[in-house]
Amino acid sequence: MKALIAEDTHLPITGTSQNTGSAWSLREKIFLGLTTSKYLEQLRRNPVNWLLLIIFAVGVPLLLQRYIYGLGSVTHASNDYPWGLFLGFGLFAMVPLSASGFLLGTTVMLFGREDFHPIERLALLNGLLGYFFAVVYLEVDLGMPWRLAYPMFVSLGPAAVLFLVAWHVATYLSVQIAELLPAFFEWLGRPAWKYYIKRISLGLTIAGIILSTLHQGALGALFTYAPTKLHPLWLSVEFMWIHFLCSAVFGGLGMVIVSSTLINRFMSWRCGKAFRENLDYMTLGLAKGASFAMFTYLVIKLVAVAHDNEWEHLLTGWGFYYLMEIGIGVVLPMMLFAKAVRDGAVALARWAAFIAVFGVVWNRLNTALFAFNYQLYQDVPYWKEIWLTVTLYALYFIVYRFIVYRLPIVFDWEEYRA
Amino acid sequence: MLEKISRRSILKNGLAGTIGALLLRPKAGESHDIKKYPNSMGVLVDLTRCVGCRSCEAACNAEQKLPEPMQPFTDMEVFEETEHGRQRRTDETRYTVVNRYEVPGQDHPLFRKVQCNHCQEPACLSSCFVNAYTKTPEGAVIYNADVCVGCRTCMVACPFYIPTFKYSSAFSPQIMKCVFCYDTRLKFGKQPACVEACPQEALLFGQRDDLIKIGRRRIEENKDGYQDHIYGEYEAGGTSWMYLSSVPFEEVGFDTNIPHEPILDSVKNFLGIVPMVLTIWPALFAGFHLLATRKEQPRISDDKNGQEDAQ
Repeated sequence: MKALIAEDTHLPITGTSQNTGSAWSLREKIFLGLTTSKYLEQLRRNPVNWLLLIIFAVGVPLLLQRYIYGLGSVTHASNDYPWGLFLGFGLFAMVPLSASGFLLGTTVMLFGREDFHPIERLALLNGLLGYFFAVVYLEVDLGMPWRLAYPMFVSLGPAAVLFLVAWHVATYLSVQIAELLPAFFEWLGRPAWKYYIKRISLGLTIAGIILSTLHQGALGALFTYAPTKLHPLWLSVEFMWIHFLCSAVFGGLGMVIVSSTLINRFMSWRCGKAFRENLDYMTLGLAKGASFAMFTYLVIKLVAVAHDNEWEHLLTGWGFYYLMEIGIGVVLPMMLFAKAVRDGAVALARWAAFIAVFGVVWNRLNTALFAFNYQLYQDVPYWKEIWLTVTLYALYFIVYRFIVYRLPIVFDWEEYRA
Repeated sequence: MLEKISRRSILKNGLAGTIGALLLRPKAGESHDIKKYPNSMGVLVDLTRCVGCRSCEAACNAEQKLPEPMQPFTDMEVFEETEHGRQRRTDETRYTVVNRYEVPGQDHPLFRKVQCNHCQEPACLSSCFVNAYTKTPEGAVIYNADVCVGCRTCMVACPFYIPTFKYSSAFSPQIMKCVFCYDTRLKFGKQPACVEACPQEALLFGQRDDLIKIGRRRIEENKDGYQDHIYGEYEAGGTSWMYLSSVPFEEVGFDTNIPHEPILDSVKNFLGIVPMVLTIWPALFAGFHLLATRKEQPRISDDKNGQEDAQ
């Protein structure tokens, strides 16, 4: 893409109209202003696409196998580990990493911190896609995916934690779509439609905070249904929900840093002036927020160990593993974030963000898979399950990239070119 | 995004948000009170009487029309089977299994029958977000495959690892578990097939309250022969199926760490905060917004707010 843009001075598309004054057509906007052959050429030229192709070459047949022969054909079909990687990673890890939408929405909209405005849409998009793909993962994992709407309309079990998750994720998805519609309207060339969204944007933001608090917490609370199965160090009956919510804060912030770093590095042609010039400043701001959240998290994790009097567990093998998770996944990135903020070292903050994101994913996998059934045996997911999980993530990557290439996420849309 | 926000628009948005939140409110905060039926039926399993003949397994298989197993029910080799270092468990082809335990100090092996214990306050039921489970007045925990989504939370929630999933089916999977022969027998006051098939009277069917009295009497009359505990009287809030054993329960495969409170109790902490968050957060964060942005909003903007916001 970069090379093709260098050849053609009026690319990339940054506004409604071309240099000549005539408006871009929808087809041109979808093909990034390139001819079909040039578009295919840039697809071929990118080595990432070949990697994706390999993933899909195996993954798509596996997906078909799952829908034709059942879940048992691509997983271990374990009755002891009913939730595998699809939920362990796809739901429990994707959702906290998608907290970015509500966090930046709150920062900019609610607290009026306009200095974070250039990264707000990226955070919203990261949130929306994360939730959307959590639902995609769910649709692969559910025994009867065609009944996804049953808990909403057919048979209601309102006292169950999952009921709350279902409703909140569904509602929050709509909220996030509404929050991102302005970008879509600009791209479509219908800026006037934004007016209706703007009017309710504060309400949407507050709804986002409520829904996020509850469903991030609810994902943690789901494990309180298994007080005898999950290792006591990972389970805190009283504080599970706040652990999950708090770690989603630095998970979400970390993910925005990761995503913006990758976009700035590999899609610099797409980044607008405001995004590029403010990115370092915003990254440090997010790093600061993340390190505060991590410190809070450390304290409440400690409180949970003290509350349940689990000190002696720390001296066991599980305790060592738990301390490793906390040490590498939380303490290390927290220190790095703090140092980065103090020294103004943006690169360090970016490294810390990668570690923080890894730490959150690790925590969720530990909770859902590794420390689950700690008194039984350890289930290692079937290779097909792992491949399918990667395939869905590749799909997420493609959709993410498709949108960032086109919609005004990291650049400002020019309505009229002078 | 929004440059000017008047107090009126905040009130308007806040109110709309609150009404929205109230309408969407999933009522998860209400505690789910499961009725304890006084005349609930149950089964008392006496491990000292079981000889491991597997008649109950065969009867269950026939009654529930489950697929015929590879090894016949007379084959005692199955007791040697292990998977992941564990003995046989229930799965989509069998709602009940009998396992053999060699306990040190005992001159003969002991056998334990596993099936759904039909909790008084079932965790599967309270974790189900489509209400697929029902606790019937007769004591059975039954399942409705027509509304089940296949999320398998019930399997996570069950402390006894009982519900299993028909993973082999792509188009009509469902949860597979013992239903106390509800549709074919219990509903009509008849004992379940496994109990009827037992040649040793190791399984005793009756009202749960009576079974507890009988269990106590057996323990009382033979203090050396029984552990002074009826497993299931209190475990997970009490179960309809209960056990007597001559050796400590953990030595014959029972999980003795299961709390005596219903599983739902550990979830209530979270359910309690839900209505608080729903009601307090809108006001709290609208307040934060006012406090954080007041400076930038002169009072006069009240009247001007409106169409010119649109661009």
